[in-house]
Amino acid sequence: MLARLSRLNRDRVMAFLVLLPSLILIAVFVYGFIGWTAYTSTTNSNAMQQLSGQPAQSVGLQNYADLFTGALNTRFRIDVVNTVFFTVIFIAVCLILGLGLAILLDQRVRGESIFRTIFLFPMALSFVVTGVVWKWLFNPSSGINVLPTYFGQPAGTFRWFISEERWLEFNWQNIGQILAVVLLDVVIIVALWYWSKKRTQAAALITGLALLLMNWILLEGPKQISALARPETHGFNVALIAVVVAAGWQMSGYTMAMYLAGLRGISEELREAARVDGAGEWGVYRHVVLPLLQPITLSAMIVLGHISLKIFDLVYTLGGGDNLYIDMPGINMFFTTFRSNEFARGAAIAIVMLIMVAVVIVPYLVNSLRTETQL
Amino acid sequence: MTGTTASPTRAMPRRGPTITLWGVRRTVSRVLIYGLLIGMSILFLVPVYMVLVTSFKSIDQVSLPTMWQFPTRFTLESFARALDRLAPNFLNSTVLVFWATLLSSMLGSMNGYVLAKWRFPGANILFPLMLFGMFIPYQAILIPLVQFLRSIGLYGGLPGLILVHVVYGIPITTLIFRNYYAEVPNEMLEAGQIDGAGFWKLYRYIIFPISLPGFVVVIIWQFTQIWNEFLFGVTITGPESQPITVALQNLAGSQIVEWNVQMAGAFLAGLPTLLVYIFLGRYFIRGLLAGSVKG
Repeated sequence: MLARLSRLNRDRVMAFLVLLPSLILIAVFVYGFIGWTAYTSTTNSNAMQQLSGQPAQSVGLQNYADLFTGALNTRFRIDVVNTVFFTVIFIAVCLILGLGLAILLDQRVRGESIFRTIFLFPMALSFVVTGVVWKWLFNPSSGINVLPTYFGQPAGTFRWFISEERWLEFNWQNIGQILAVVLLDVVIIVALWYWSKKRTQAAALITGLALLLMNWILLEGPKQISALARPETHGFNVALIAVVVAAGWQMSGYTMAMYLAGLRGISEELREAARVDGAGEWGVYRHVVLPLLQPITLSAMIVLGHISLKIFDLVYTLGGGDNLYIDMPGINMFFTTFRSNEFARGAAIAIVMLIMVAVVIVPYLVNSLRTETQL
Repeated sequence: MTGTTASPTRAMPRRGPTITLWGVRRTVSRVLIYGLLIGMSILFLVPVYMVLVTSFKSIDQVSLPTMWQFPTRFTLESFARALDRLAPNFLNSTVLVFWATLLSSMLGSMNGYVLAKWRFPGANILFPLMLFGMFIPYQAILIPLVQFLRSIGLYGGLPGLILVHVVYGIPITTLIFRNYYAEVPNEMLEAGQIDGAGFWKLYRYIIFPISLPGFVVVIIWQFTQIWNEFLFGVTITGPESQPITVALQNLAGSQIVEWNVQMAGAFLAGLPTLLVYIFLGRYFIRGLLAGSVKG
C-alpha cells in the first residue's frame, strides 16, 4: 500500500516536471517580457540614448502622458480613435453577417457544406494575402469602383482606404467630457435595465452611480482631464470602411461557424414545442433560438474584439505604415520601435495595447474557467 | 422565456393558413433562402475570381478598364515570375512550419496530458495564466524578444523564429489537448495504474494511441497559424530567412511589381493553407472553435 502511494507521488512529481519547461518558458517569454516592456516604457530608451552609451533613465509615466497629451503624438491619438471605431463596426458586421448566414444555413438547405466552405475559406488565409488582394480591389481608379460601369452606371468615386473624409468630428481637448457623457449614458441604460428586471437593490446602486457621474459632469470635473495645448480634431475616418470590408470578409465566416455550432445544439423538440404553441418560424427564432445564442454572441464579441484591437498585418499590407487614415496602435508601435528606434515610446504603446486587450480577455478567461466543471 | 413556450399544448391542432397557401409561402421562402445564399457566395468569391483572372493574364493584358474581364490568352508567366521571387521564402515557411508545428504539438500533448489527468495544487491558477499568453498583443513582448534573441545569437534566422512559434504556441496546443484528454474516462487510466503503469507508460500505452484526432486538430491549427503569421516574421528574421507572408508583403509593397505577379504571389502564399482547409476542413473548424477557450 505504502509502495503504491509513493509510486503515485513519484508520478505526480514527474507530471509536474514535464509541465515545468513550458511553465518556465511562459513565465519568461510572456510575463518576464511584459515586465521588461513595462519597465522600458518608463525610461527614455531610444537610439540616441543607446548610442551615447549612457544607461536609460527613468522618466516615470511621462511616455504615457506624452502619448495622450503630447503635441508630437497626434498619430497615437488617431490610432486610438481608429481602433474604437473599427472595433465597434467590425464586431457589428461580423455578428450580423455571421448570424444571418448561420440562420440561412440552418434551414436544411441542399449543398450546405459547399456554402459553408465558401463562407469560411477566407479564415484559412493570411491577413497579408487578404490585404494584397483587397488592395487591388480597392484601387480607386479600378477594382470595385469600375463595376457599376458594366451596368451602364457611372464609375464609383469612393476612394476606399485612401479616402480622406472624416465623420463625427470632435476636439480631443473635449475627450474627458465626451467619455464622461458616454459613460453616463451606459450607466443610465444599465440602471433602467435593472429597474425593468425589478432587481431593485442593484438598480438603486447603479442609479446612485449615475447621479454621482452627473454631478461630476455638471461640476465640470471632466474638463480638467485633457491637457492638450491646442485643439486637435479627430473622428471616424471613412477609409476604415475598407478595412472593415476586408476584415469582415475574412472573419465573418468564423462567427457563422460559432453560431452554426450553437444552432445545431438547440434540440428540434424545443423548436417544435414553440411551433405547437403557435409561434411562426420568425417567432421560434425570436423567442427560442436567439436567447439561447446569447452566450455565443458574447464569446464571439470577445474573440473578435481582441483580434481587432491587435490588428496589424491587414493594415500593414493595405496602408504600408504611412496611411494614417487607417492607422492602428499595432502599426504605430512597430514603426516607432523598429524604424524610428524610439524604444521607450514603442513600449508605452505596446503596454496600452496590452491593457486594452486585457480588459476584454481577463474577465472572459476568469469567467469561462470558473464555470467549467472541475475535473 | 423558453419555459413558457415548452408548455404541454401538443394536442392543439396547427393553426394558420391552409395547406396550399402554406406550400406557396414555403416555396417563396425557399427561393429567398437560396437566393440570399447564392448571392452571398458570389460576394465572398469575388476576391478569388479577381486573383484567378488577374494572375492568368500577361502584363500587357492587365489594364484598369479590363481588370474584371477574362484573360484573352491564358498564360502562366506571372506564376513563373512570382515563383522566381517567392520560392526561397516558400521553402523557409515550409521548414519553419514543419519544425514549429511538430515541436509545439508534442509539447502541447504532454502538457495537456498533465493538466487533464494529473491535477496538482495551483493548476487552476497556472492554466489560465498560461492561456493568457495566447491573447496578448505580441507587440508587448517584441522589444525584449528581439534583445533576447540577439543575445543568444538566434536573431535573424529561422531557428529563432521556430523557437518563438513553439513558445507562443504552447497555450493553444496545451488547451486543445487538455480539452481532448479531459474526455478520456479516468477509469481507463486507473485500470492502467492498477496494472502497475506509471506516468510514462500510461501516456505511451493509453493516451498516445488515442491521440490522433487531437494531433490532427492541433497540427492543422498550428500549420495554418504559423504559415499565415506576419508580425514575428517581419520583426525577427533577416532577408535570407523571411517567411512567405513577409516576402509577399515586400512584393506587394514595392510599387514597381505588376498586379498580375502580385495576384499570382497571393495565390501561391494562400494555396497550402487553402488546400488544408478544403481537404481537412472539419478539423480546421474544430481548432477554430477551440480558440474561443471553451470550444
